[in-house]
Amino acid sequence: MHLISKTRSLMMGASVIAGMLLAGPGIAQEETIKVGVLHSLSGTMAISETTLKDVMLMLIEEQNKKGGLLGKKLEAVVVDPASDWPLFAEKARELISVNGVDAVFGCWTSVSRKSVLPVFEELNSLLFYPVQYEGEESQRNVFYTGAAPNQQAIPAVDYLMNEEGVERWVLAGTDYVYPQTTNKILQAYLESKGVAPEDIMVNYTPFGHSDWQTIVTDIKNFGSAGKKTAVVSTINGDANVPFYKELANQGIKAEDIPVVAFSVGEEELAGIDTGPLVGHLAAWNYFQSVDSEANAKFIEAWHAFTGDEERVTNDPMEAHYIGFNMWVKAVEKAGTTDADAVIDAIIGVSVPNLSGGYSAMMPNHHITKPVLIGEIQDDGQFETVWETPGLVVGDEWSDYLPDSKDLIADWRAPLSCGNFNVATGKCGGKGIN
Amino acid sequence: MKILRALCMFLLPLLLLPGAAHGQDASLGAIVAKFADAKKFDQTEALVRELGATGDPAVRPVLEALAEGNLHVRKADGTVFIVSEAGKEMKLIDPLSGETVGEASSSAMKKVRVNNGLRRLIRDVLSALTLGAKSANVRMAAVNTMFANPDPESIEALDAAIEVETDPAVKSRMEQARAAAVVLSDRPEKDRIDAVELLGSLGDRGVLSLLATVEANAEGDLKQAAANATAKIRSVLAAWDVAQNVWFGISLGSVLLLAAIGLAITFGVMGVINMAHGEMVMVGAYTTFVVQGAVRAFAPALHDWSLAFALPLAFLVAGAIGVAIERGIIRFLYGRPLETLLATWGVSLVLQQAVRTIFGPSNREVGNPSWMSGSFEIGHLAITWNRLWIVAFSLGVFALLLFIFNRTAWGLHMRAVTQNRRMASSMGIRTPWVDAFTFGLGSGIAGIAGVALSQVGNVSPNLGQGYIIDSFMVVVFGGVGNLWGTLLGAFSLGVANKFLEPYAGAVLGKIIVLVLIILFIQKRPRGLFALKGRSVEA
Repeated sequence: MHLISKTRSLMMGASVIAGMLLAGPGIAQEETIKVGVLHSLSGTMAISETTLKDVMLMLIEEQNKKGGLLGKKLEAVVVDPASDWPLFAEKARELISVNGVDAVFGCWTSVSRKSVLPVFEELNSLLFYPVQYEGEESQRNVFYTGAAPNQQAIPAVDYLMNEEGVERWVLAGTDYVYPQTTNKILQAYLESKGVAPEDIMVNYTPFGHSDWQTIVTDIKNFGSAGKKTAVVSTINGDANVPFYKELANQGIKAEDIPVVAFSVGEEELAGIDTGPLVGHLAAWNYFQSVDSEANAKFIEAWHAFTGDEERVTNDPMEAHYIGFNMWVKAVEKAGTTDADAVIDAIIGVSVPNLSGGYSAMMPNHHITKPVLIGEIQDDGQFETVWETPGLVVGDEWSDYLPDSKDLIADWRAPLSCGNFNVATGKCGGKGIN
Repeated sequence: MKILRALCMFLLPLLLLPGAAHGQDASLGAIVAKFADAKKFDQTEALVRELGATGDPAVRPVLEALAEGNLHVRKADGTVFIVSEAGKEMKLIDPLSGETVGEASSSAMKKVRVNNGLRRLIRDVLSALTLGAKSANVRMAAVNTMFANPDPESIEALDAAIEVETDPAVKSRMEQARAAAVVLSDRPEKDRIDAVELLGSLGDRGVLSLLATVEANAEGDLKQAAANATAKIRSVLAAWDVAQNVWFGISLGSVLLLAAIGLAITFGVMGVINMAHGEMVMVGAYTTFVVQGAVRAFAPALHDWSLAFALPLAFLVAGAIGVAIERGIIRFLYGRPLETLLATWGVSLVLQQAVRTIFGPSNREVGNPSWMSGSFEIGHLAITWNRLWIVAFSLGVFALLLFIFNRTAWGLHMRAVTQNRRMASSMGIRTPWVDAFTFGLGSGIAGIAGVALSQVGNVSPNLGQGYIIDSFMVVVFGGVGNLWGTLLGAFSLGVANKFLEPYAGAVLGKIIVLVLIILFIQKRPRGLFALKGRSVEA
């Protein structure tokens, strides 16, 4: 055991060094607007985040082709926080104070976002966060372009309840903040819809869990009670592949027990033979298969930029696409990249999303999005089987949790508050701000 | 279920008669053609029901194609076809005659969309259509569906089917399905009690919930019979649960054994703390990926054998990297464990990032060969083929290593060098080369473990990190320097983990196992099988 603890600290040290080597100094140059890209290029999260770094480079290149911003060229400053949460904060500080970036696009896991929040607040800069998350947060310097729970989890559960007639629920997740909070919200929501507590099974597994035999058997047994059962999966990252492999091998078909996932997109499916998984579901705000002109153009540009026809696109990429365009528009509107001016200007800005509509930045720093439910196809893509009739506004403070249902966020003057309590009429309550 | 019921009533007598109504191709064709206009799922659903209601077996290929997403509409003229080979070019097959009528590019075709609800409906419709089918397997599948969704109104259809059924397995399944339906019906109490007793002897989990419903709603003798039956099923299932936990434990143990056994050589026998061990597993997995890609490209027919080709290659690639690491780095660091640890950790980062640069950061797909997919059942224990093969494979690797160590000259040299290097050297053994090859062997074994683990986990640059801590745990627990200890350590950790998991959950279970190991190491610092004698001091 002595050995292992020593190893841990060595790992930390080594990854810090590796991160520094990879990052390199940003090249200082006059007359450019700098944009920071804070995504892990090594370590556990590299699997998901590397793509987002690429898409940012592509967006910046395209903007430069269009003549840049405010008459200046944009310049990307890429750093590697190496999937190491405290390193995210250091790298964010470096981006803002050393490289002087005007906005940062980055983070994936909630814990990395939480670790950089104080830095953005202290140095008053902007962060665009592109990933679906658990909500319960609204910060003045952060723009949440991914889905809040009501833009992903709740519509997915509604779909299963209404269209598939599901009565028994397995909430399976990885053991950290996003699944825990989402499952807490879902549990409260399901119970408010009259689902009995014994019809809900909650299960958590560690990061990178690889032996799913027991849990998949439990799910199978839980589902053999005569009521229609579904699994709501907030299982994250690497653990998904063995989970789906075990499902397929134990012969759990989507017709019998569908699994709806919130963290599995086109990118994650790339590592699995999806033949036996056809019909399992995912809820996102974008699928590569979405049939729209904007999406076709985006995919074409992506393939041209990466030089690889096989590279897939996914939801967080769309979130960066939206977020970046919103920032560009807000900067043009404000006529400056100054953080305070942009924070004021960006509210109400509306840009095209990739599913054929428009997304707008709301006063709570969340955006409006359509919600799509897709079924996995045997080519590794999703086919949309249901979508919300209109756009859904991101709800930062869940209405289904007792200690957040009275809170709202509105960053417009004169309220300017991320957790205004409508019951007491005071700014302040739980949360960061 | 209504559709199923109606169909059974209506169809079975029809289907069982020889030369039942046929030759309605014209009207069938008209229904099939309507799929072109079905824009919404409920429209498609109505058409599926309409097709089912014709009772014509000719609709089966159409429905199957629809369920599999192979029913397409030609955009140009709205004709419906079954397509095969979804690539750039698709073969067009007439949905009713089954003849190939041409080809089209995939962009000229539009798929008739299906969702889970539709697939379920199609399965039910097909099961009603196929209860009288020629193939026993098809009938079995049909009756299994009926068993899972018992419906009192299908009793007569089942009675008719039981009468003409010749296959004993299908027949007894039909009787069970009938019993499940009878239990829910309002037939005389005696019939229902008989049915409950028949079901009670099955000990099936699905039956349990059915009987529990009966128990809750019935009165008198029936309630008693149902209560007896559920109690019986519960005791049977409890026994099977224990068997299942043991099997899961063995299967987890075999994965641990595979991951750890290479380390048992490099760390256990040579005493090198090799942090890059997990990356050797990863290299093996990526070798499998490359081999499978090559097989797919050059000899697709051999896909099922790709793992067999990958095994020796993975051994060689990982072994060669192992020898290179030993010659290039570790040999300068013998006797300096801390530096070895740091250096090999560095190597592991280099290997990870190299793989990330070459293959990209995302997961790579390694397919299961057909003989490693799916599962079979022994009693109430579902055993997946891939797990079974991995258990067999890990034991095979273990036996092979044992043979190398105890029965070959090379093994003798290895043992001699690890026990007393100077003495071995004076006897004329070239100790540096024995070191290099032992390290190469350990790494090579990790490589072939990677081939096996690519079948259960994901193939990504982080693959190795997931296994390194567990591997060290197994080796330390089992006793450093003893292969049998590693075997026993792996299996006991696996089984302990799987018995704890149902009660404590996966997260807490893992923590408890760790705490138990810490306590165990306090008591027996040298693990399960401590080496005795002079070599301990060396």
